Amino acid sequence: MDFELILRVYPYFLEAAVVTIELSVLTILLGLACGALGAAARLSRFALLRFLGAAYVSVFRGTPALIQLFILYFGGPQIGIQLDAFEAGVIGLGVNIGAYMTETMRGAIVSVDHGQTEAARTLGLSRAQAFRKVTLPQAMRLMIRPLGVNINAQIKGTALVAAISVVELTYTAQRYIGSTYKPFEMFFIAGILYMIIITVTGKGIAFLDRKARLP
Amino acid sequence: MTEANKFVDIRHAQKSYGELEVLKDISLSVDRGEIVAIIGPSGSGKSTLLRAINDLDPLTGGEVWLDGVQINKDLPYRQYEKHINAMRQQVGMVFQHFNLFPHLSVRDNVTMAPKMLKGISDAEANALAEEQLKHVGMLERIDYFPSQLSGGQKQRVAIARALAMKPKLMLFDEATSALDPELVEEVNLVMKRLAEEHMTMIIVTHEMDFAASVCDRVIFMDKGVVVEEGPPSVVFQNPTEERTREFLRKHLSQYAEGAK
Ligand SMILES: Nc1ncnc2c1ncn2[C@@H]1O[C@H](COP(=O)(O)OP(=O)(O)OP(=O)(O)O)[C@@H](O)[C@H]1O
Ligand SMILES: [Mg+2]
Repeated sequence: MDFELILRVYPYFLEAAVVTIELSVLTILLGLACGALGAAARLSRFALLRFLGAAYVSVFRGTPALIQLFILYFGGPQIGIQLDAFEAGVIGLGVNIGAYMTETMRGAIVSVDHGQTEAARTLGLSRAQAFRKVTLPQAMRLMIRPLGVNINAQIKGTALVAAISVVELTYTAQRYIGSTYKPFEMFFIAGILYMIIITVTGKGIAFLDRKARLP
Repeated sequence: MTEANKFVDIRHAQKSYGELEVLKDISLSVDRGEIVAIIGPSGSGKSTLLRAINDLDPLTGGEVWLDGVQINKDLPYRQYEKHINAMRQQVGMVFQHFNLFPHLSVRDNVTMAPKMLKGISDAEANALAEEQLKHVGMLERIDYFPSQLSGGQKQRVAIARALAMKPKLMLFDEATSALDPELVEEVNLVMKRLAEEHMTMIIVTHEMDFAASVCDRVIFMDKGVVVEEGPPSVVFQNPTEERTREFLRKHLSQYAEGAK
């Protein structure tokens, strides 16, 4: 292991890690938004919305994220969508993880005991009020951990944008191999930095989960 | 047209799940202040009937009236939602499994609906919670969470939660069936207290003792019909229908032993 080389290049990897973090944060936020919309559609009382929600989930979970990314980035211009690589990465991966988050959120919502809704409705709350005050707060607690799993997958999934040349960790590692011929060291640094990001995030999620736990 | 004296009026209630007819043309009424027990074998439709009253399980035929207003009106979705929410505020319901809101304190369980629906202030809500919890002997537990309560305590809080909406009618669906035997009495005592205060109550129960001592009238249901109804002294001691006698033979053995 060439530690001298590692010390020389790691500042560039730190910069790249910042891009990975930005990508992660943005894709996760977009994913959460898509997930919330998707779950709302999947649970709607309108059949058309339910169908659209289900179609969203099966399309985006049923094809490789990389293909989705390529369609958006390389195929986009053909249908008038011009995005730079970073934008395409955020939108492509965000919408993709949103499909997984849709199922996570829907799963948490339907696993809240139906008796809870009944009790709320019996008191005179509307459907929306019962959802907001009774079902959702319980579902949110249930979805923290499984969303953590989605988030973990998504942080690692940001590596895919290396394929469309976004200068993040994986791309940076590949680039430095070209000049250093030291793939072990380069991927090792990238791996360590991914692990730090994921460990810190995991701890954050575990903390949220503990904080949200009921007495 | 409604008759003024029929406080709760169920007219030709019919309910089917596909082929299965669970309620077969049931008509019955309950007077203001009356306490009615519904008894019958498992699957006879007691819960379905009770839950039809506040439209948790909508009927497939027939009408339910409360105090001169039809509950299961035929209205467009939005109007119906408004109507039914207003009606449900007047009908308290207590479930076998309590269904307390686990993410809310005892206080918030009691005050959530009145705060949201009646726009009362925090101070009024607190006073209301204290009043209602005192009534069921749960004032000391006001800042506990449901998971920190015993089953009997949970059910008493659930009753306080329902009463906080100041309902005209209370529905109980086997309120004590999920409780350990030693916790049944504390809930029964709360219900007896309500009876003394002349709350109108419809009580689905397997506890014949309780039905006999608290209720003005007992309704025996079997296979989706009302087989027999009358004062407990008649239904329990001198039932006219063979099906009632058979049911009581099975269920009163315990009662008879207890009475010896
Ligand atoms: N959602 C449903 N779909 C189909 N059948 C149902 C449904 N709910 C209830 N039933 C059926 O309706 C019948 C009456 O059920 P109900 O719960 O009213 O009986 P019950 O008298 O309350 O019984 P128990 O004493 O066991 O609570 C039963 O045969 C039951 O299987
Ligand atoms: Mg029942």
